[in-house]
Amino acid sequence: MSVRHALRTVVLALTLPVVLVAAWWFATADSTSFYFPPLAEIVETFQPTWLEDPVASSRIVTEALPSLGRLTVGYLLALVAGVALGVAIGSSAKLRAFTEPVLEFFRAVPPPVLIPILMLFAGIGTQMKILVIMWGCIWPILLNTVEGVRGLDEVLRDTARCYRMRRTSMLFHMIIRGASPQIVTGARQALSIAIILMVISEMFAANNGLGFTIVQFQRSFAIPEMWSGIILLGLLGVALSLIFRAVEWPVLAWYRGYRQAQRGGN
Amino acid sequence: MTTAPDVRAPLPPAPAAAVPARRRRSSDNLVLGLGGVATFAALLEVIPRTGLVDDRYLPPLSSMLSALADRVQTPEFWEALRQTLTTWGFGLGIALVVGVVLGVVIGSVEILRAATATTIEFLRPIPSVALIPLAVLLYGTSMQSTLLLVVYASFWQVLVQVLYGVRDVDPVARETARSYRFSRLSQIRTVTWPTTLPYAMTGLRLAAAVALILTITGELIIGTPGLGNLIAVAQTSGAVDSMYALVLVTGALGVLVNILARRLERRVLRWHPSVRRESAS
Repeated sequence: MSVRHALRTVVLALTLPVVLVAAWWFATADSTSFYFPPLAEIVETFQPTWLEDPVASSRIVTEALPSLGRLTVGYLLALVAGVALGVAIGSSAKLRAFTEPVLEFFRAVPPPVLIPILMLFAGIGTQMKILVIMWGCIWPILLNTVEGVRGLDEVLRDTARCYRMRRTSMLFHMIIRGASPQIVTGARQALSIAIILMVISEMFAANNGLGFTIVQFQRSFAIPEMWSGIILLGLLGVALSLIFRAVEWPVLAWYRGYRQAQRGGN
Repeated sequence: MTTAPDVRAPLPPAPAAAVPARRRRSSDNLVLGLGGVATFAALLEVIPRTGLVDDRYLPPLSSMLSALADRVQTPEFWEALRQTLTTWGFGLGIALVVGVVLGVVIGSVEILRAATATTIEFLRPIPSVALIPLAVLLYGTSMQSTLLLVVYASFWQVLVQVLYGVRDVDPVARETARSYRFSRLSQIRTVTWPTTLPYAMTGLRLAAAVALILTITGELIIGTPGLGNLIAVAQTSGAVDSMYALVLVTGALGVLVNILARRLERRVLRWHPSVRRESAS
Protein backbone atom coordinates (compact mmCIF):
# COMPACT_ATOMS: atom_id res chain seq x y z
CA MET A 1 0.00 0.00 0.00
CA SER A 2 2.65 2.49 1.03
CA VAL A 3 4.83 1.45 -1.92
CA ARG A 4 1.90 2.01 -4.25
CA HIS A 5 1.22 5.31 -2.59
CA ALA A 6 4.83 6.44 -2.98
CA LEU A 7 4.83 5.27 -6.59
CA ARG A 8 1.67 7.23 -7.26
CA THR A 9 3.21 10.38 -5.76
CA VAL A 10 6.33 10.04 -7.88
CA VAL A 11 4.38 9.41 -11.07
CA LEU A 12 2.08 12.35 -10.39
CA ALA A 13 5.02 14.60 -9.59
CA LEU A 14 6.89 13.70 -12.75
CA THR A 15 4.03 13.60 -15.26
CA LEU A 16 3.49 17.30 -15.74
CA PRO A 17 7.16 18.30 -16.10
CA VAL A 18 7.65 15.50 -18.64
CA VAL A 19 4.52 16.53 -20.52
CA LEU A 20 5.59 20.18 -20.58
CA VAL A 21 9.10 19.45 -21.82
CA ALA A 22 7.73 17.03 -24.42
CA ALA A 23 5.20 19.63 -25.53
CA TRP A 24 7.99 22.18 -25.92
CA TRP A 25 10.16 19.64 -27.73
CA PHE A 26 7.53 18.59 -30.26
CA ALA A 27 5.87 21.96 -30.71
CA THR A 28 9.20 23.46 -31.79
CA ALA A 29 10.56 20.30 -33.42
CA ASP A 30 10.40 21.66 -36.94
CA SER A 31 10.04 25.26 -35.98
CA THR A 32 11.35 27.71 -38.51
CA SER A 33 10.59 30.65 -36.26
CA PHE A 34 13.76 32.63 -35.67
CA TYR A 35 12.95 33.42 -32.04
CA PHE A 36 11.76 29.95 -31.05
CA PRO A 37 14.35 27.46 -32.30
CA PRO A 38 13.73 23.73 -31.78
CA LEU A 39 14.42 22.63 -28.21
CA ALA A 40 16.73 19.95 -29.61
CA GLU A 41 18.92 22.68 -31.07
CA ILE A 42 18.99 24.60 -27.76
CA VAL A 43 20.04 21.48 -25.89
CA GLU A 44 22.75 20.82 -28.47
CA THR A 45 24.16 24.33 -28.12
CA PHE A 46 24.10 24.16 -24.32
CA GLN A 47 27.23 22.07 -23.95
CA PRO A 48 29.49 23.88 -26.46
CA THR A 49 28.25 27.26 -25.23
CA TRP A 50 28.81 26.77 -21.52
CA LEU A 51 30.97 23.70 -21.00
CA GLU A 52 33.47 23.50 -23.84
CA ASP A 53 36.91 21.95 -23.29
CA PRO A 54 38.98 22.77 -21.37
CA VAL A 55 36.61 23.45 -18.52
CA ALA A 56 38.90 26.12 -17.04
CA SER A 57 38.29 28.43 -20.01
CA SER A 58 34.65 27.52 -20.60
CA ARG A 59 31.97 30.12 -20.03
CA ILE A 60 30.68 28.43 -16.93
CA VAL A 61 34.00 29.25 -15.24
CA THR A 62 34.71 32.62 -16.82
CA GLU A 63 31.16 34.03 -16.70
CA ALA A 64 28.96 32.11 -14.28
CA LEU A 65 31.44 31.72 -11.43
CA PRO A 66 32.18 35.45 -11.04
CA SER A 67 28.43 36.11 -10.99
CA LEU A 68 27.88 33.46 -8.35
CA GLY A 69 30.80 34.77 -6.31
CA ARG A 70 29.36 38.29 -6.25
CA LEU A 71 25.95 36.90 -5.36
CA THR A 72 27.35 34.90 -2.45
CA VAL A 73 29.48 37.70 -1.03
CA GLY A 74 26.75 40.34 -1.34
CA TYR A 75 24.09 38.06 0.10
CA LEU A 76 26.16 36.92 3.07
CA LEU A 77 27.23 40.48 3.91
CA ALA A 78 23.57 41.52 3.81
CA LEU A 79 22.61 38.59 6.03
CA VAL A 80 25.19 39.42 8.71
CA ALA A 81 24.57 43.16 8.63
CA GLY A 82 20.79 42.74 8.45
CA VAL A 83 20.60 40.40 11.43
CA ALA A 84 23.03 42.48 13.51
CA LEU A 85 21.21 45.75 12.86
CA GLY A 86 17.84 44.04 13.17
CA VAL A 87 18.67 42.69 16.64
CA ALA A 88 19.92 46.10 17.74
CA ILE A 89 16.87 47.95 16.46
CA GLY A 90 14.38 45.29 17.51
CA SER A 91 15.60 45.26 21.11
CA SER A 92 14.75 48.89 21.76
CA ALA A 93 11.23 50.21 21.31
CA LYS A 94 12.46 53.80 21.03
CA LEU A 95 15.05 53.03 18.38
CA ARG A 96 12.46 51.04 16.48
CA ALA A 97 9.97 53.89 16.40
CA PHE A 98 12.76 56.29 15.46
CA THR A 99 14.04 54.30 12.48
CA GLU A 100 10.89 52.62 11.20
CA PRO A 101 9.63 55.20 8.66
CA VAL A 102 13.10 55.64 7.13
CA LEU A 103 13.65 51.90 6.88
CA GLU A 104 10.23 51.38 5.32
CA PHE A 105 11.14 53.99 2.73
CA PHE A 106 14.43 52.28 1.94
CA ARG A 107 12.68 48.99 1.56
CA ALA A 108 10.11 50.49 -0.80
CA VAL A 109 12.72 51.91 -3.18
CA PRO A 110 12.86 49.40 -6.05
CA PRO A 111 16.41 47.99 -5.66
CA PRO A 112 17.37 48.18 -9.37
CA VAL A 113 17.34 52.00 -9.33
CA LEU A 114 20.33 51.81 -7.00
CA ILE A 115 22.50 50.55 -9.82
CA PRO A 116 22.91 53.98 -11.44
CA ILE A 117 23.48 55.55 -8.01
CA LEU A 118 26.07 53.06 -6.82
CA MET A 119 27.79 53.27 -10.21
CA LEU A 120 28.65 56.86 -9.33
CA PHE A 121 30.46 55.75 -6.20
CA ALA A 122 32.00 52.46 -7.23
CA GLY A 123 32.24 52.44 -11.02
CA ILE A 124 31.03 49.39 -12.87
CA GLY A 125 33.35 46.83 -11.29
CA THR A 126 32.80 43.92 -8.96
CA GLN A 127 32.56 46.23 -5.96
CA MET A 128 29.51 48.01 -7.34
CA LYS A 129 27.69 44.76 -8.03
CA ILE A 130 28.37 43.39 -4.57
CA LEU A 131 27.16 46.68 -3.07
CA VAL A 132 23.98 46.59 -5.16
CA ILE A 133 23.21 43.02 -4.14
CA MET A 134 23.93 43.75 -0.50
CA TRP A 135 21.86 46.92 -0.44
CA GLY A 136 18.89 45.23 -2.08
CA CYS A 137 19.01 42.18 0.18
CA ILE A 138 19.49 43.89 3.51
CA TRP A 139 16.01 45.45 3.89
CA PRO A 140 13.81 42.34 3.91
CA ILE A 141 16.28 40.64 6.28
CA LEU A 142 16.57 43.67 8.55
CA LEU A 143 12.85 44.40 8.79
CA ASN A 144 11.91 40.77 9.36
CA THR A 145 14.56 40.44 12.05
CA VAL A 146 13.15 43.51 13.78
CA GLU A 147 9.67 41.94 13.71
CA GLY A 148 11.06 38.64 14.99
CA VAL A 149 12.96 40.17 17.88
CA ARG A 150 9.95 42.30 18.78
CA GLY A 151 7.68 39.26 18.85
CA LEU A 152 9.85 37.30 21.28
CA ASP A 153 8.04 35.80 24.22
CA GLU A 154 8.36 38.12 27.23
CA VAL A 155 8.32 35.20 29.64
CA LEU A 156 11.24 33.64 27.80
CA ARG A 157 13.17 36.86 28.07
CA ASP A 158 12.48 37.23 31.80
CA THR A 159 13.33 33.59 32.43
CA ALA A 160 16.65 33.97 30.69
CA ARG A 161 17.36 37.04 32.80
CA CYS A 162 16.39 35.30 36.03
CA TYR A 163 18.78 32.47 35.29
CA ARG A 164 21.46 35.08 34.65
CA MET A 165 22.26 33.90 31.17
CA ARG A 166 25.29 35.64 29.80
CA ARG A 167 24.63 38.32 27.23
CA THR A 168 26.31 36.46 24.39
CA SER A 169 24.52 33.21 25.05
CA MET A 170 21.28 35.13 25.44
CA LEU A 171 21.92 36.71 22.05
CA PHE A 172 22.62 33.46 20.24
CA HIS A 173 20.42 31.00 22.10
CA MET A 174 17.41 33.14 22.75
CA ILE A 175 17.17 36.25 20.61
CA ILE A 176 18.50 35.03 17.26
CA ARG A 177 17.08 31.54 17.73
CA GLY A 178 13.70 32.89 18.70
CA ALA A 179 13.60 35.29 15.78
CA SER A 180 14.89 32.71 13.30
CA PRO A 181 11.52 31.88 11.68
CA GLN A 182 11.14 35.53 10.66
CA ILE A 183 14.83 35.85 9.76
CA VAL A 184 14.47 32.85 7.45
CA THR A 185 11.39 34.40 5.82
CA GLY A 186 13.33 37.60 5.19
CA ALA A 187 16.35 35.67 3.94
CA ARG A 188 14.18 33.81 1.46
CA GLN A 189 12.73 37.05 0.05
CA ALA A 190 16.25 38.45 -0.11
CA LEU A 191 17.53 35.48 -2.09
CA SER A 192 15.19 36.09 -5.00
CA ILE A 193 16.08 39.79 -4.91
CA ALA A 194 19.76 38.83 -4.94
CA ILE A 195 19.37 36.79 -8.13
CA ILE A 196 17.46 39.59 -9.85
CA LEU A 197 20.11 42.13 -8.89
CA MET A 198 22.97 39.85 -9.89
CA VAL A 199 21.54 39.50 -13.38
CA ILE A 200 20.48 43.07 -14.04
CA SER A 201 23.56 44.70 -12.53
CA GLU A 202 25.43 42.79 -15.24
CA MET A 203 22.91 43.64 -17.92
CA PHE A 204 23.13 47.32 -17.09
CA ALA A 205 26.90 47.69 -17.09
CA ALA A 206 29.54 45.00 -17.08
CA ASN A 207 32.17 43.21 -19.05
CA ASN A 208 31.59 39.73 -17.71
CA GLY A 209 28.97 37.69 -15.93
CA LEU A 210 25.91 35.66 -16.80
CA GLY A 211 23.56 38.59 -17.39
CA PHE A 212 26.14 40.29 -19.61
CA THR A 213 26.75 37.14 -21.67
CA ILE A 214 23.05 36.46 -22.24
CA VAL A 215 22.44 40.02 -23.38
CA GLN A 216 25.44 39.76 -25.72
CA PHE A 217 23.90 36.65 -27.27
CA GLN A 218 20.60 38.46 -27.68
CA ARG A 219 22.22 41.52 -29.26
CA SER A 220 24.17 39.39 -31.72
CA PHE A 221 21.03 37.37 -32.47
CA ALA A 222 22.63 34.11 -31.33
CA ILE A 223 19.17 32.84 -30.41
CA PRO A 224 19.81 29.18 -29.41
CA GLU A 225 22.73 30.36 -27.25
CA MET A 226 20.48 32.97 -25.65
CA TRP A 227 17.87 30.33 -24.86
CA SER A 228 20.55 28.08 -23.36
CA GLY A 229 21.53 31.00 -21.12
CA ILE A 230 17.93 31.52 -20.03
CA ILE A 231 17.72 27.83 -19.16
CA LEU A 232 21.00 28.03 -17.24
CA LEU A 233 19.66 30.98 -15.22
CA GLY A 234 16.51 29.01 -14.49
CA LEU A 235 18.50 26.01 -13.30
CA LEU A 236 20.59 28.32 -11.15
CA GLY A 237 17.48 29.77 -9.52
CA VAL A 238 16.18 26.30 -8.77
CA ALA A 239 19.54 25.13 -7.42
CA LEU A 240 19.82 28.13 -5.10
CA SER A 241 16.33 27.59 -3.74
CA LEU A 242 17.14 23.92 -3.09
CA ILE A 243 20.31 24.91 -1.22
CA PHE A 244 18.28 27.42 0.77
CA ARG A 245 15.79 24.74 1.72
CA ALA A 246 18.57 22.37 2.77
CA VAL A 247 19.93 25.06 5.13
CA GLU A 248 16.49 26.08 6.38
CA TRP A 249 15.44 22.54 7.33
CA PRO A 250 17.85 21.98 10.26
CA VAL A 251 17.78 25.65 11.29
CA LEU A 252 14.02 25.58 11.82
CA ALA A 253 13.74 22.00 13.11
CA TRP A 254 12.92 23.22 16.63
CA TYR A 255 10.22 25.51 15.26
CA ARG A 256 8.42 22.75 13.39
CA GLY A 257 8.34 20.63 16.53
CA TYR A 258 7.11 23.59 18.57
CA ARG A 259 4.29 24.34 16.15
CA GLN A 260 3.20 20.75 16.07
CA ALA A 261 3.18 20.56 19.84
CA GLN A 262 1.07 23.71 19.98
CA ARG A 263 -1.47 22.23 17.62
CA GLY A 264 -2.03 19.23 19.85
CA GLY A 265 0.86 17.17 18.52
CA ASN A 266 0.36 14.59 15.86
CA MET B 1 2.67 22.54 5.68
CA THR B 2 5.74 24.64 5.11
CA THR B 3 6.98 26.13 8.30
CA ALA B 4 7.31 29.74 7.30
CA PRO B 5 5.03 30.90 4.50
CA ASP B 6 6.12 33.91 2.51
CA VAL B 7 4.40 36.42 4.71
CA ARG B 8 5.44 38.46 7.64
CA ALA B 9 4.42 36.30 10.54
CA PRO B 10 1.15 37.53 12.02
CA LEU B 11 1.70 39.52 15.15
CA PRO B 12 0.28 38.26 18.39
CA PRO B 13 -2.72 40.38 19.38
CA ALA B 14 -1.68 43.34 21.46
CA PRO B 15 -2.76 43.02 25.07
CA ALA B 16 -5.73 45.26 25.76
CA ALA B 17 -4.29 48.29 27.48
CA ALA B 18 -6.03 51.35 28.81
CA VAL B 19 -6.94 53.56 25.86
CA PRO B 20 -5.19 56.81 26.91
CA ALA B 21 -1.87 55.03 27.44
CA ARG B 22 -2.14 53.43 24.03
CA ARG B 23 -2.91 56.69 22.38
CA ARG B 24 -0.04 58.42 24.14
CA ARG B 25 2.36 55.70 23.09
CA SER B 26 1.28 55.82 19.45
CA SER B 27 1.65 59.60 19.35
CA ASP B 28 5.08 59.21 20.98
CA ASN B 29 5.99 56.79 18.23
CA LEU B 30 4.76 59.22 15.62
CA VAL B 31 6.97 61.97 17.04
CA LEU B 32 9.96 59.61 17.16
CA GLY B 33 9.31 58.47 13.60
CA LEU B 34 9.10 62.04 12.35
CA GLY B 35 12.30 62.75 14.26
CA GLY B 36 13.94 59.85 12.43
CA VAL B 37 12.86 61.18 9.06
CA ALA B 38 14.04 64.68 9.96
CA THR B 39 17.43 63.33 11.13
CA PHE B 40 17.82 61.38 7.91
CA ALA B 41 16.92 64.42 5.82
CA ALA B 42 19.36 66.58 7.78
CA LEU B 43 22.16 64.03 7.28
CA LEU B 44 21.41 63.95 3.57
CA GLU B 45 21.79 67.74 3.50
CA VAL B 46 24.84 68.07 5.76
CA ILE B 47 27.05 65.17 4.62
CA PRO B 48 27.53 66.41 1.04
CA ARG B 49 27.83 70.04 2.18
CA THR B 50 30.67 69.27 4.58
CA GLY B 51 32.47 67.39 1.83
CA LEU B 52 32.38 64.06 3.67
CA VAL B 53 31.06 62.60 0.45
CA ASP B 54 31.77 64.17 -2.93
CA ASP B 55 28.70 66.24 -3.83
CA ARG B 56 29.05 65.22 -7.47
CA TYR B 57 28.08 61.72 -6.27
CA LEU B 58 25.64 62.64 -3.54
CA PRO B 59 24.14 66.11 -3.95
CA PRO B 60 22.57 67.70 -0.85
CA LEU B 61 18.88 67.07 -0.31
CA SER B 62 17.97 70.65 -1.19
CA SER B 63 19.36 70.31 -4.73
CA MET B 64 17.56 66.99 -5.14
CA LEU B 65 14.33 68.65 -4.11
CA SER B 66 14.81 71.64 -6.39
CA ALA B 67 15.54 69.23 -9.26
CA LEU B 68 12.33 67.45 -8.33
CA ALA B 69 10.42 70.73 -8.35
CA ASP B 70 11.72 71.38 -11.87
CA ARG B 71 10.78 67.93 -13.02
CA VAL B 72 7.28 68.10 -11.64
CA GLN B 73 6.53 71.07 -13.88
CA THR B 74 7.30 69.16 -17.06
CA PRO B 75 4.54 67.17 -18.81
CA GLU B 76 7.23 64.56 -19.55
CA PHE B 77 7.36 63.60 -15.86
CA TRP B 78 3.62 63.11 -15.52
CA GLU B 79 3.50 61.14 -18.76
CA ALA B 80 6.25 58.83 -17.45
CA LEU B 81 4.45 58.43 -14.13
CA ARG B 82 1.24 57.57 -15.97
CA GLN B 83 3.04 54.99 -18.11
CA THR B 84 4.68 53.38 -15.09
CA LEU B 85 1.37 53.16 -13.26
CA THR B 86 -0.36 51.75 -16.35
CA THR B 87 2.20 48.98 -16.81
CA TRP B 88 2.08 48.22 -13.10
CA GLY B 89 -1.72 48.17 -12.97
CA PHE B 90 -2.19 46.02 -16.05
CA GLY B 91 0.51 43.58 -15.00
CA LEU B 92 -0.84 43.24 -11.49
CA GLY B 93 -4.41 42.88 -12.75
CA ILE B 94 -3.59 40.11 -15.20
CA ALA B 95 -1.45 38.27 -12.66
CA LEU B 96 -4.19 38.57 -10.04
CA VAL B 97 -6.99 37.21 -12.22
CA VAL B 98 -4.94 34.35 -13.68
CA GLY B 99 -3.36 33.52 -10.32
CA VAL B 100 -6.65 33.40 -8.43
CA VAL B 101 -8.53 31.40 -11.07
CA LEU B 102 -5.75 28.87 -11.57
CA GLY B 103 -5.08 28.68 -7.84
CA VAL B 104 -8.70 27.93 -6.95
CA VAL B 105 -9.07 25.36 -9.74
CA ILE B 106 -5.78 23.58 -9.03
CA GLY B 107 -6.26 23.75 -5.28
CA SER B 108 -9.78 22.30 -5.36
CA VAL B 109 -8.94 19.25 -7.45
CA GLU B 110 -6.79 16.77 -5.58
CA ILE B 111 -5.16 15.17 -8.61
CA LEU B 112 -4.30 18.52 -10.22
CA ARG B 113 -2.71 19.67 -7.00
CA ALA B 114 -0.51 16.59 -6.73
CA ALA B 115 0.44 16.79 -10.40
CA THR B 116 1.40 20.47 -10.38
CA ALA B 117 3.15 20.71 -7.00
CA THR B 118 6.67 19.91 -8.18
CA THR B 119 6.31 21.84 -11.40
CA ILE B 120 5.27 24.95 -9.50
CA GLU B 121 8.12 24.53 -7.04
CA PHE B 122 10.46 24.22 -10.00
CA LEU B 123 9.14 27.13 -12.09
CA ARG B 124 8.72 29.62 -9.26
CA PRO B 125 12.39 30.27 -8.46
CA ILE B 126 13.25 30.89 -12.12
CA PRO B 127 14.25 34.54 -12.00
CA SER B 128 11.90 36.75 -14.00
CA VAL B 129 14.80 38.82 -15.29
CA ALA B 130 16.01 35.78 -17.25
CA LEU B 131 13.14 36.61 -19.59
CA ILE B 132 14.48 40.08 -20.40
CA PRO B 133 16.37 39.06 -23.58
CA LEU B 134 13.36 37.14 -24.85
CA ALA B 135 11.03 40.04 -24.09
CA VAL B 136 13.31 42.43 -25.96
CA LEU B 137 13.39 40.17 -29.01
CA LEU B 138 9.64 39.69 -29.04
CA TYR B 139 8.39 43.16 -28.21
CA GLY B 140 11.35 45.51 -28.50
CA THR B 141 11.11 48.48 -26.17
CA SER B 142 7.32 48.63 -26.12
CA MET B 143 5.26 48.31 -22.96
CA GLN B 144 4.54 44.63 -23.62
CA SER B 145 8.10 43.55 -22.86
CA THR B 146 7.97 45.02 -19.35
CA LEU B 147 4.44 43.71 -18.95
CA LEU B 148 5.69 40.18 -19.64
CA LEU B 149 8.19 40.44 -16.76
CA VAL B 150 5.66 42.00 -14.40
CA VAL B 151 2.99 39.38 -15.06
CA TYR B 152 5.46 36.49 -14.74
CA ALA B 153 6.92 37.72 -11.46
CA SER B 154 3.70 38.69 -9.70
CA PHE B 155 1.68 35.70 -10.92
CA TRP B 156 3.66 33.30 -8.72
CA GLN B 157 3.12 35.42 -5.61
CA VAL B 158 -0.66 35.26 -6.08
CA LEU B 159 -0.82 31.62 -7.17
CA VAL B 160 1.21 30.26 -4.28
CA GLN B 161 -0.75 32.19 -1.67
CA VAL B 162 -4.09 31.11 -3.16
CA LEU B 163 -2.92 27.49 -3.13
CA TYR B 164 -2.01 27.82 0.57
CA GLY B 165 -5.44 29.30 1.18
CA VAL B 166 -7.42 26.58 -0.58
CA ARG B 167 -5.48 23.96 1.36
CA ASP B 168 -6.44 25.66 4.59
CA VAL B 169 -10.20 25.11 4.13
CA ASP B 170 -11.79 23.49 7.18
CA PRO B 171 -12.45 19.83 6.25
CA VAL B 172 -15.65 19.75 8.31
CA ALA B 173 -17.06 22.74 6.44
CA ARG B 174 -16.16 21.16 3.16
CA GLU B 175 -17.70 17.82 4.06
CA THR B 176 -20.82 19.57 5.31
CA ALA B 177 -21.21 21.44 2.05
CA ARG B 178 -20.77 18.18 0.19
CA SER B 179 -23.33 16.39 2.32
CA TYR B 180 -25.85 19.07 1.54
CA ARG B 181 -25.07 18.55 -2.13
CA PHE B 182 -23.80 22.04 -2.79
CA SER B 183 -22.81 22.37 -6.41
CA ARG B 184 -19.10 22.75 -7.16
CA LEU B 185 -19.59 26.43 -7.87
CA SER B 186 -21.46 27.23 -4.69
CA GLN B 187 -18.96 25.16 -2.70
CA ILE B 188 -16.24 27.43 -4.06
CA ARG B 189 -18.30 30.55 -3.40
CA THR B 190 -19.44 29.76 0.13
CA VAL B 191 -16.68 27.55 1.56
CA THR B 192 -13.43 27.83 -0.39
CA TRP B 193 -13.44 31.53 -1.19
CA PRO B 194 -13.96 32.98 2.31
CA THR B 195 -11.04 30.89 3.57
CA THR B 196 -8.85 31.75 0.61
CA LEU B 197 -9.54 35.48 0.56
CA PRO B 198 -7.10 36.44 3.37
CA TYR B 199 -4.36 34.47 1.63
CA ALA B 200 -5.24 36.01 -1.72
CA MET B 201 -5.00 39.47 -0.15
CA THR B 202 -1.53 38.64 1.19
CA GLY B 203 -0.65 37.48 -2.31
CA LEU B 204 -1.97 40.75 -3.73
CA ARG B 205 0.08 42.80 -1.27
CA LEU B 206 3.29 40.92 -2.09
CA ALA B 207 2.54 40.97 -5.81
CA ALA B 208 1.88 44.73 -5.80
CA ALA B 209 5.38 45.38 -4.46
CA VAL B 210 7.03 42.87 -6.80
CA ALA B 211 5.13 44.28 -9.79
CA LEU B 212 6.43 47.78 -9.04
CA ILE B 213 10.01 46.52 -8.78
CA LEU B 214 9.75 44.70 -12.10
CA THR B 215 8.03 47.64 -13.81
CA ILE B 216 10.87 49.98 -12.86
CA THR B 217 13.46 47.30 -13.71
CA GLY B 218 12.01 46.77 -17.17
CA GLU B 219 11.96 50.50 -17.83
CA LEU B 220 15.51 50.89 -16.58
CA ILE B 221 17.08 47.93 -18.41
CA ILE B 222 14.92 47.46 -21.48
CA GLY B 223 14.05 51.12 -21.93
CA THR B 224 10.28 50.95 -22.10
CA PRO B 225 8.84 54.39 -21.41
CA GLY B 226 8.26 55.30 -17.75
CA LEU B 227 10.00 56.53 -14.61
CA GLY B 228 12.75 53.91 -14.80
CA ASN B 229 13.62 55.08 -18.27
CA LEU B 230 13.81 58.69 -17.07
CA ILE B 231 16.31 57.55 -14.44
CA ALA B 232 18.41 55.84 -17.11
CA VAL B 233 18.32 58.98 -19.25
CA ALA B 234 19.27 61.20 -16.29
CA GLN B 235 22.13 58.84 -15.51
CA THR B 236 23.60 58.83 -19.02
CA SER B 237 23.30 62.60 -19.29
CA GLY B 238 25.00 63.09 -15.92
CA ALA B 239 22.04 64.87 -14.31
CA VAL B 240 22.80 63.52 -10.84
CA ASP B 241 20.37 65.79 -8.94
CA SER B 242 17.57 64.77 -11.23
CA MET B 243 18.45 61.10 -10.95
CA TYR B 244 18.27 61.21 -7.15
CA ALA B 245 15.01 63.13 -7.36
CA LEU B 246 13.48 60.41 -9.53
CA VAL B 247 14.78 57.68 -7.21
CA LEU B 248 13.04 59.48 -4.34
CA VAL B 249 9.84 59.45 -6.41
CA THR B 250 10.07 55.69 -7.00
CA GLY B 251 10.62 55.17 -3.28
CA ALA B 252 7.59 57.30 -2.46
CA LEU B 253 5.60 55.31 -5.00
CA GLY B 254 6.72 52.09 -3.30
CA VAL B 255 5.63 53.37 0.13
CA LEU B 256 2.29 54.45 -1.32
CA VAL B 257 1.70 51.05 -2.92
CA ASN B 258 2.46 49.31 0.40
CA ILE B 259 0.14 51.58 2.37
CA LEU B 260 -2.70 51.27 -0.14
CA ALA B 261 -2.35 47.49 -0.28
CA ARG B 262 -2.54 47.28 3.52
CA ARG B 263 -5.56 49.58 3.60
CA LEU B 264 -7.30 47.50 0.97
CA GLU B 265 -6.48 44.31 2.85
CA ARG B 266 -8.03 45.61 6.06
CA ARG B 267 -11.08 46.88 4.26
CA VAL B 268 -11.78 43.73 2.28
CA LEU B 269 -11.17 41.54 5.32
CA ARG B 270 -12.99 43.67 7.87
CA TRP B 271 -15.33 40.73 8.60
CA HIS B 272 -12.37 38.44 9.26
CA PRO B 273 -11.61 37.52 12.89
CA SER B 274 -7.93 38.53 12.67
CA VAL B 275 -8.77 42.10 11.60
CA ARG B 276 -11.72 42.41 13.99
CA ARG B 277 -9.64 41.29 16.94
CA GLU B 278 -6.95 43.79 16.09
CA SER B 279 -9.34 46.74 15.93
CA ALA B 280 -11.25 45.63 19.04
CA SER B 281 -8.23 45.47 21.33
